[in-house]
Amino acid sequence: MSAFSILTRGLALFMLAVFIFAPQLFAFAFEPLTANNAPAIYNQGSLLSLTLSHLRIVVGATLASTVVAVALGIFVTRPAGLDFLPLSRSLVNVGQTFPPIAVLAIAVPLVGFGEKPTFIALFLYGLLPIFENTLSGLTQVSPLTLEAAKGMGMSPRQRLFQIELPLALPVILTGIRLSVIISLGTATIGSTVAAKGLGEVIIAGLQSNNVAFILQGGLVVALLAVLIHDGLSVAERAVARRLGRPADETT
Amino acid sequence: MRPLRSGLPLDPLGSVIAILIGVALLAAPFVTYRANRIVSGEGRMLAEALPVLVAAAVFAVAFGAGLAAALIRNPLARLAAALVGLAAIFPAVGLSAVFLTPSGNSFARISPSVGFWLLTLSFALLAADSLTRLRLGPWARLAALATAFGAVALLLLSGAWDGLSILKEYATRSDSFWREARQHLFLALGSLAAACLVGLPLGMLCHRVRALRAGILQALNVIQTIPSIALFGLLMVPLGTLAAASPLAAGLGIRGIGAAPALLALFLYSLLPIVANTVLGLNQVPAVVVDAARGMGLSARQRLVQIEIPLSLPIILAGIRIVLVQNLGLATVAALIGGGGFGTFVFQGIGQSAIDLVLLGAIPTVALSFAAAIILDAATELAKGSA
Repeated sequence: MSAFSILTRGLALFMLAVFIFAPQLFAFAFEPLTANNAPAIYNQGSLLSLTLSHLRIVVGATLASTVVAVALGIFVTRPAGLDFLPLSRSLVNVGQTFPPIAVLAIAVPLVGFGEKPTFIALFLYGLLPIFENTLSGLTQVSPLTLEAAKGMGMSPRQRLFQIELPLALPVILTGIRLSVIISLGTATIGSTVAAKGLGEVIIAGLQSNNVAFILQGGLVVALLAVLIHDGLSVAERAVARRLGRPADETT
Repeated sequence: MRPLRSGLPLDPLGSVIAILIGVALLAAPFVTYRANRIVSGEGRMLAEALPVLVAAAVFAVAFGAGLAAALIRNPLARLAAALVGLAAIFPAVGLSAVFLTPSGNSFARISPSVGFWLLTLSFALLAADSLTRLRLGPWARLAALATAFGAVALLLLSGAWDGLSILKEYATRSDSFWREARQHLFLALGSLAAACLVGLPLGMLCHRVRALRAGILQALNVIQTIPSIALFGLLMVPLGTLAAASPLAAGLGIRGIGAAPALLALFLYSLLPIVANTVLGLNQVPAVVVDAARGMGLSARQRLVQIEIPLSLPIILAGIRIVLVQNLGLATVAALIGGGGFGTFVFQGIGQSAIDLVLLGAIPTVALSFAAAIILDAATELAKGSA
């Protein structure tokens, strides 16, 4: 990354942090957008606690999807699970044609309003990119490498943990990044089913016709997503470098 | 085909499907009965939901399909079992609505329940697995898709499902349903068309001018990262200001809320896959081919139109597939800012806790994305064949 882009990212992170901790400092900028003395800064809850619960649900759901998706990916590439491999590939393809909002909406009648349907939608939808990338990561390990490992007397378990998973790691991390970004967006829509999160600010703005709320909610969500995306990309490149390959090969 | 393992004639995937079918038949309600639209419902098992003989027949067919899934490995026979299973339960659920609704009662609502959905899932999994193993060519896949849509359309038109709750929701909204359907397609396809008009030349430019490439792709990448509802919101502000400042823009229908910000956001989201895949496609055209074309005296424009574009078409089509599936899904969110589309029913349904209304919006969306994915996958493969 060039010095310029590090500088802009650092500045964006700083502004985001200041805005979340002390939004009133920016009231002057949003004042012109309001009408009829409406508040310029979101006043129905603290931005800090909304941000934290937004992140909590995304992190929780992503962890759960990662564990399940990687385990499934390992299962269908072992001899015992090979029968499920063709089907699971087409299921991932079909699953991604479901819009996240549909998953969210269908979960509501089953589990009620609040965080639960959002968590379920995030978890289910987050599975797909991680599972897909785990599959391609594990299946692209060269057969020659595996043969060599077998020749060295490694057991199947040793081959999995010492050869296959480390080689697939950069691709799996890309899947986790995709999943986190999708989840950040879906969690925002989760506010329509009363999950606590940053979407609340935008929805409140839409309902009370307050453009200032819409703009600040949109800015915070957008900056958060862009910065998290960048942070995860940096982590991926670091892992890829440690494995001694150019970063481009893994994306 | 892999050889059978000795001593274990059961197909692992088929056994899982057979267990699912068993649970659906024996332990889950087939339909839900509700006294009216809002109250919570009570389940009705298969035996209670249909006349005895019909219930027994459906049970036998589903049970047989489960056995076939576990024991038979021939994909064609498994596909047949799955289709017979679907052909039994789809009309049966409609019949059950007629059977359970007391005559003259227009408030009672019958909707498919866990048992029906599990059976559908099991048969769909079995069919999907068989179709994957059959390795159908692109035309055969398109024909299968058309047959499936034809069969569902036949069921809908014949009125066999008219007693079901979701179609009662449709009946009271049939006008707005088709209006929102047109709006949904307009949002998804209109933004795709605009993105192709801008994205293809932009991709060619990025291919020629290396200095532009990294900057443009990075900027588009950042846009792609922004969650949809945030981008909709961010675009409402400048568009609202534009409409207030310029009567011309307002006259064109550009406003802060409604279709304009939705269309613009979908357009921006569409640019990355189209530009990136155009660059990727043009890059993988072998340099020797382009040189040979130059040697034959083709001009730069002829080389582009006759050589480079046809050779990169499969990759460009793959980008268009990503965009179309993504836009059909994201267009649901447009309803939040007054942009219309199937999302209207989804959000209304969430607001009224009416799941049938949610499904009335969600099922057509999923069907459209699914069809778009299959059609464009087939087109990509055909383009690969001819390139």
